[in-house]
Amino acid sequence: MTRHQAPTSASIWDTAIVRPAALDAFRKLNPRAMAKNPVMFVVEVGSILVTVLFLYDLARGHRVDVKFNVQLIAWLWFTVLFANFAEAMAEGRGKAQAATLRKMRTTTTARRIRAAGDETALTPGATPAIGEEVSANLLKRGDVVYVAAGGLVPADGEIVEGIASVDESAITGESAPVVREAGGDRSAVTGGTRVASDWLKIEIRQDPGGGFVDRMIALVEGSERQKAPNEIALTILLAGLTLIFLAATVTLEPFARYFGGSLGLGVLVALLVCLIPTTIGGLLSAIGIAGMDRLVQHNVLATSGRAVEAAGDIDVLMLDKTGTITYGNRQAAEFIAVKGVERRELAAVAALSSLPDETPEGRSIVALAQTMGIVPVLPAGASFVPFTARTRMSGVDAGERVVRKGAGDAVLAHVRGRNGVVPGDLQPIVDRIANAGGTPLVVVDGALVLGVVYLKDTVKPGMRERFERLRAMAIKTVMVTGDNPLTAKSIAAEAGVDDFLAEATPEAKLAYIYKMQEGGRLVAMTGDGTNDAPALARADVGVAMNTGTQAAKEAGNMVDLDSDPTKLIEIVEIGKQLLMTRGSLTTFSVANDVAKYFSILPAMFTGLAAFQLTRDHPQSSYFTALNVMRLGSPQSAILSAVIFNALVIVALIPLALRGVSYRPLGAAALLRRNLLVYGLGGVIAPFVAIKAIDLMVRGLHLA
Amino acid sequence: MTPRLIALTAVFFGLLAAVAVPLGRYIARVFAGENARTARVLGPVERLVYRLAGVDPASEHDWKQYAGGLLLFSLLTQGISYGVMRLQGSLPFNPTRLPGVAPWLAFNTATSFTTNTNWQSYGGESTMSYLSQALALSSHNFFSAGVGLCVAIALIRGIARRETTKLGNFWVDLVRAHLYVLVPLCLGYALFLVSQGVVQTWAGPAHWTTLDGAAQSLLRGPVASQEAIKMFGTNGGGFFNANSAHPWENPTPLSNFAQMFSIFAIPAALCVTLGEMVKNRRHGWAVFATMTLVSVLAVAALGHFEQVGNPALTHAGADQVASALQCGGNMEGKEARFGIADSALFAVVTTDASCGAVNGMHDSFTPLGGLVPLLDMQLGEVVFGGVGAGMYGVLVYVLLAVFLAGLMVGRTPEYLGKKIDSRDVRMASLYILIPAFSILLFSAVAVLTEVGRAGIMNASAAEVPGAPWHPHPHGLSEILYAFTSASANNGSAFAGLTAYSAAHPVFYAVTLALAMFVGRFPLIVAVLAIAGNMAKKRPVPPGPGSFPVDGGLFVALLLGVILIVGALTFFPALSLGPIVEHFMQR
Repeated sequence: MTRHQAPTSASIWDTAIVRPAALDAFRKLNPRAMAKNPVMFVVEVGSILVTVLFLYDLARGHRVDVKFNVQLIAWLWFTVLFANFAEAMAEGRGKAQAATLRKMRTTTTARRIRAAGDETALTPGATPAIGEEVSANLLKRGDVVYVAAGGLVPADGEIVEGIASVDESAITGESAPVVREAGGDRSAVTGGTRVASDWLKIEIRQDPGGGFVDRMIALVEGSERQKAPNEIALTILLAGLTLIFLAATVTLEPFARYFGGSLGLGVLVALLVCLIPTTIGGLLSAIGIAGMDRLVQHNVLATSGRAVEAAGDIDVLMLDKTGTITYGNRQAAEFIAVKGVERRELAAVAALSSLPDETPEGRSIVALAQTMGIVPVLPAGASFVPFTARTRMSGVDAGERVVRKGAGDAVLAHVRGRNGVVPGDLQPIVDRIANAGGTPLVVVDGALVLGVVYLKDTVKPGMRERFERLRAMAIKTVMVTGDNPLTAKSIAAEAGVDDFLAEATPEAKLAYIYKMQEGGRLVAMTGDGTNDAPALARADVGVAMNTGTQAAKEAGNMVDLDSDPTKLIEIVEIGKQLLMTRGSLTTFSVANDVAKYFSILPAMFTGLAAFQLTRDHPQSSYFTALNVMRLGSPQSAILSAVIFNALVIVALIPLALRGVSYRPLGAAALLRRNLLVYGLGGVIAPFVAIKAIDLMVRGLHLA
Repeated sequence: MTPRLIALTAVFFGLLAAVAVPLGRYIARVFAGENARTARVLGPVERLVYRLAGVDPASEHDWKQYAGGLLLFSLLTQGISYGVMRLQGSLPFNPTRLPGVAPWLAFNTATSFTTNTNWQSYGGESTMSYLSQALALSSHNFFSAGVGLCVAIALIRGIARRETTKLGNFWVDLVRAHLYVLVPLCLGYALFLVSQGVVQTWAGPAHWTTLDGAAQSLLRGPVASQEAIKMFGTNGGGFFNANSAHPWENPTPLSNFAQMFSIFAIPAALCVTLGEMVKNRRHGWAVFATMTLVSVLAVAALGHFEQVGNPALTHAGADQVASALQCGGNMEGKEARFGIADSALFAVVTTDASCGAVNGMHDSFTPLGGLVPLLDMQLGEVVFGGVGAGMYGVLVYVLLAVFLAGLMVGRTPEYLGKKIDSRDVRMASLYILIPAFSILLFSAVAVLTEVGRAGIMNASAAEVPGAPWHPHPHGLSEILYAFTSASANNGSAFAGLTAYSAAHPVFYAVTLALAMFVGRFPLIVAVLAIAGNMAKKRPVPPGPGSFPVDGGLFVALLLGVILIVGALTFFPALSLGPIVEHFMQR
């Protein structure tokens, strides 16, 4: 968490969140809600038992240790309330996030021009008057709506017609509008964004309330939070520990009876509550909710807690080269003609082939040609053949004339297919460009090879450091690119990734993911195109870019609103933090028990008759012998332990919400550090704290 | 620790590590079917057994089938043993004409030997005929050890294998455990014991007239053969009531050392087997090191408290200071020929492993000295532990340790590449929960009931107001020890507790049998469930992000989990038993 400082972390005790959370803490006392958390449920049941018994005794006029018992009961209830408060705090912070998210979903009306299931063809062109106004909430998957300039996109969907600039600042915070258009990889729009210019026809791709944002709202509010696998496993372990301590505590009463004494319910419950892992039990759900919350703070939406946990386990990270590692728009830098061809001729044909090509590369080729004074004109009836990942070529068909530019081997196959001749000096040119990290685009006119367009690709600054950080986290980075192996290798070396997948088709990507998973590795990838969808779905963590297609967003299990593929690093760190926070607090919780034993047990057994047997030992001999902490009295010893146990939950709320800090160290170093801080610290800290509380309790004459 | 105890401990564990290597590797080969040399000799026997039993050695079991076969085998043989003991009066090899064993006692004993506990609510030589000793009891000494070995191997296979449901064939594993491991080891060992003076005869008691003219008879029997497996199989049920304190069961210092050594031999070797089978030798040694550390700590504590002596004895005028003439310390209940050091090491070894053989009376230890064997068992018999049982037990703790560690390093916890899921954690939690419940709840029932308290020897002389009787912490310790020993399948006792008498033949016989049963088979089923779950998984190749399961950090973590779980669970109960007794004595 070094790059993005969580924006709200400074204001954990914001009254706008704290006050409703305090109220919620009481509302959550409902046993049916508590039963989901076995540890805190036991505390609540214990508190109820002690309270009822105390009131019963009072009603009978049996007034023994009233002052002590009232305090004990109060602190037992505080323990439950503090745990509820922690959860409510996390939910409150989630709700604050959800409110922001909800703004995207402002209820609005939409002009529906075709209902779902209707197969009639749409009238092409701007048609603002057709259709009916319906509430955006009623839109179903398959409905087609018309959005004019200034209108809000009513729900997530895919553009079926039109091109427009869309203001997505409501989601991304980015003020500059982006271009969205039908077809290709820029065709998805998100509900809540605003069409800034022109118009769009959008096919709705979500059912009411089923959009990504809706799901995320439910997740951050905690209402639909499903426990992730590790959380379930930990809950089971905590329940097991609780049962063990229940047996250890409950059986103390028979053992005391053996000595002719009785420990009393209050003290037994006090011991039980101190021993069972209330610290982690009370904070567990808060940790989970806070993890989702941190994700939203980084502008990432996840579909499940499971995905966030899986992010912490990622072994292999597949990153698209273009736009992620390098500036996506490769620019044409040079036309290199083969022997016997004029440079101008090459430039003219290259420009012609790129004229209808709206990709940045295509436009840069035209622009470069224009600097040479060439003004290409598209012949009438010419049709554009777009680039696909399979053909890896694009160009123009104008009658008999077939003009193509594309990856070397693809174009050459095309030339050989037309019985063309490959000039001998072509390959050296291609290799030279590729070795220099550039992208060579071979240009052909019919079967005639003219030369190569040199596209330059620049690695973004700071990438090497990021990959080193990933390497320290034991994550292997793989660069995925459609480039040929030589180009890929050169850029991979420059960027510092561990491996690369060159000339990657969607099938190759999928196969690579399978291969990694076959070896037991967890793979994360980012993607935005429809052809990324299968791989996004297959990957353990698939992060779709918000600018990507709807298909990509639905296939992945996370969406990055900033469309920043390197965000995966933060996502991985958040996943790791989530697990680390749980593990560390569990260790801390269990380690605390040692000190609690030394404060409560001697005090508990003081009154047992059998220990008064020998005349030379006064009544409290057992207490003095074992009272290594030199606590004031048996009652203050018990109270101090219970007070510590309750307060430590509150004290750790900030840690639970913010997460244990993660550093990219090896597993052993990380464990050593956390064991020292939370294990050893967990043994020592309560000795100090309980002693201090004991001094206070005595100072205030509370016991 | 006295210099003698330090030297003894050092030699003991050094030798243990040295023997563990060849034995552990051999065991790994046996269960992989790669023991070519011994198979050349015994292979025909093995194949004959399969043919007679109709077992197809090539077919393997999933975890449920494996558990089913195991339970069927154990319960069936338990029934046979019960029958033999009940009917021994009318069966041969009964030179002293002992009558059939009483029903509840036979039930308790059959359960005890089937579960590898060997808790003895009877005096061996005065209750059991030779036939019962050999057929009903010694057979189970083999079987129960063999079953334990099978479960450990099945679990390790589950960890080492990938994407399969099969854990091996139970019947094949059982036959191999006996034919290639237990029987050959015991043959040689029994002969060695005979050389030291352990008796081995089918003849009846020896009779003679003493110098002052009194007629005396000394009971004897086929002791050495039973003694060998009693130790190697971590069983501990002695032929004689005095167990390994009896000069015919454990005659010489050498035999005493060999007995201690043979208790730990197979459990220690299994650490090496683990390393071989999962192809990570350093991991096996890390487990070995953890176990050794706990043992040495226990030896040091027990040796110390016994050497300091018993204030009550000082008060009575006994000299407990070490001098040239005596070893000093608390010698009550110890054999003078063994002294503090050999008794202390023996007590730790027998309670670390779930053996339960004794060469001195644990009940006579000082309060904190007695706490050591008690806590040893309460740690779950995972410090070397019983044959197989120690290994599968410690692996459960390893899973829990790795689970915590994994969370703390921010990855889904994985053990040797296998991710630990909620099912594994559930079974591991049950594994720890069941014995804890058994120990604490049965003890609670016993102290609450009159019949339970009736067995206690060490009651207080003074009346305590409110108490249902004359309470003394040591009485609580005796009961706690009994149910700890039963639940942990150990079998040693604070023998002051009378667990079986004509007046009260049912209570302890039944409760202890139940404790032994739940301390054995539910745990085995839980372990096999883990094995089955583990085998199904696809391993993740280890990387710098996964937590290493060798080296000091792992040892420290495992040590911490074992000690903290054990100590936290039982500290409250112990503080009312041995700990309060200690403070009362001062």
